[in-house]
Amino acid sequence: MAEDKIRVVVAKPGLDGHDRGAKVIARALRDSGMEVIYTGLRQTPEQIVETAIQEDADAIGISILSGAHEYYFSKVIDLLKEKEASDIIVFGGGVIPEDDVPHLLEIGAGAIFGPGTPTTSCSEWLKNAVKEKRAMETR
Amino acid sequence: MFGKKELQEIQELKRSYEIAVEKVLLKNPERKKEFTTVGGIPLNRVYSPEDIQDQNYGSDIGYPGDYPYTRGVQPNMYRGRFWTMRMYAGFSTAEESNKRYRYLLAQGGSGLSVAFDLPTQIGYDSDHPMAQGECGKVGVAIDSLADMETLFDQIPLDKVSTSMTINAPAAVLLAMYICVGEKQGISMDRLSGTIQNDILKEYIARGTYIFPPKPSMRLITDIFGFCSENVPKWNTISISGYHIREAGSTAAQEVAFTLADAIAYVEAAIKAGLDPNVFGKRLSFFFNAHNGFLEEIAKFRAARRMWAQIMKTRFGVTDAKAQMLRFHTQTAGCTLTAQQPENNIVRVALQALSAVLGGTQSLHTNSMDEALALPTEKSVGIALKTQQIIAHESGVTDTVDPIAGSYAIEALTNDIQTMAEEYIRKIDDMDGMLVAIEKGYVQKQIQDAAYEYQKAIENEDLIVVGVNKFRMKEERRDLQLLKVDESVGRMQISKLKKMKETRDNIAVQNALEEVRTAARDESLNMMPRIIDAVKCYATEGEICGVLREEFGEYTENIVL
Repeated sequence: MAEDKIRVVVAKPGLDGHDRGAKVIARALRDSGMEVIYTGLRQTPEQIVETAIQEDADAIGISILSGAHEYYFSKVIDLLKEKEASDIIVFGGGVIPEDDVPHLLEIGAGAIFGPGTPTTSCSEWLKNAVKEKRAMETR
Repeated sequence: MFGKKELQEIQELKRSYEIAVEKVLLKNPERKKEFTTVGGIPLNRVYSPEDIQDQNYGSDIGYPGDYPYTRGVQPNMYRGRFWTMRMYAGFSTAEESNKRYRYLLAQGGSGLSVAFDLPTQIGYDSDHPMAQGECGKVGVAIDSLADMETLFDQIPLDKVSTSMTINAPAAVLLAMYICVGEKQGISMDRLSGTIQNDILKEYIARGTYIFPPKPSMRLITDIFGFCSENVPKWNTISISGYHIREAGSTAAQEVAFTLADAIAYVEAAIKAGLDPNVFGKRLSFFFNAHNGFLEEIAKFRAARRMWAQIMKTRFGVTDAKAQMLRFHTQTAGCTLTAQQPENNIVRVALQALSAVLGGTQSLHTNSMDEALALPTEKSVGIALKTQQIIAHESGVTDTVDPIAGSYAIEALTNDIQTMAEEYIRKIDDMDGMLVAIEKGYVQKQIQDAAYEYQKAIENEDLIVVGVNKFRMKEERRDLQLLKVDESVGRMQISKLKKMKETRDNIAVQNALEEVRTAARDESLNMMPRIIDAVKCYATEGEICGVLREEFGEYTENIVL
């Protein structure tokens, strides 16, 4: 049986306008065979979660370089819980100090990719994470 | 540039050189099949007079300070005065940033460069819902004149020049600066500095737009008009290729899209009845200094020559100062690596050297920790000292434009110009930059280049030391990073609340209505009304709020 295509929302939360990384990763994930929905700039956490649910996404990738990662990751993850959509994987990248990463993982982010990460590491990780998630769901 | 006989001799020498090369190649192949610049321009094995034989020294290169200014805008360049060492800084509250500015001035910095936080850049006060989590993060939070007074406390505005990275709400922040000057007893005709005020690149590369293009262009031409008469030493715009390059463009695209933006501003100002010989003198530019050392030097020279030619032939500008491309440079943030961050000091030094050899008027050098967080005082200090070492120790500043006449540099300068002119022609054919942006053409070109660049790194066609080669087994980062506390937002909100309680709220309402009237009537200049509103402590969010109601908001044209 052919696996369903992985669906991923690439999101730019808040006021941060640095979208090079988001767009590069969106294209790389698409080129690796995924269905990618890119939100564009200035998305509120509510809008991001809404898009992910509407699009029946497997994952949300958050790109943030403004230093507001703590706020946006926790907000998105909380909202997913509220909407009973915690099965959606949350991951991300940007300018995020190493010291902040453990806490983001603790609150439920699946992975944080720092500057210099090859796009293939990110897509490989996501493929595995979605595979595991789907295996759990069919069990 | 060479006589016929001389060229013949050179060609003969070339033939024997090529035979020698073939012998070498038989034994050892070269490292790559094809060599190109970072931006993909093919590089010859060697350059010779043959490659610049069509060039005329007088009309294509000329002496420094002479049209077309290929060799620089001043006759004696850095033998007179060094470039302005201007470090972009700002974070947290106005109090904290004021401390950093005074530190930088004490360390020998010669100008200020203000970084505002995102809510300020997008016209929201700190208490706006969209400002949550962002206050004081990427720059200083400014809500009203009260914050601006704190920001420049004990900094005499007639002694420093200040650059402000502010675009959509540039009129409001300039108004605040003028008011702070007035309070210090310094009239606006004595203020010098720059506002970025370049909205077009916000739509294509930087993202802090507010209003749609048409009213945005009107705000810009209002500023041009107001400053020509009242703030004559102020650079009314800094037309920026920096962010276009950071978004992933090539060097040639950076030149092309920046100059195409500039053409759109000049056209809009002429349409608004302004004289390019006058406002043209206050246009300034802002470029990126990326990794390709030779290509970058060539880029700065090509941009300078092209702009002089554009102003002269396209717009009929006769004033020499209005033909000159004066520019600020910042080293390329996107080349900094989170891995082995100390290596960034070396990258920045080379990039900064290319800017100096390219004839920059001012320079910001990035700090080594910027791929990780905002820079600490220590890392900013090293970055500033990098400039001082180039200025005082390297010797490259003691003779003007020492790199001119290098066959490779002159040939690359021509290559960049040819490629950039091709893009500008395409944009002209689309009816100008506004249409090209609306169609997503520019965005697409930049994104394609960004994606190619990323792929080149992943294929190891491009080597990034410490990232895809020469990695260290175990990396321990013991850098101290600067962290902006979450309490900044709360502090800023309570300051704002108190300020609103003590100001004359009726005066504020009246002033805001005056701003609205001017927004509706294009025959009025918005600047005097905005200054009046700022003076009675109307907040940035309130002023931009009125303008949002009148002008509407821009929605992004997503291109992927």
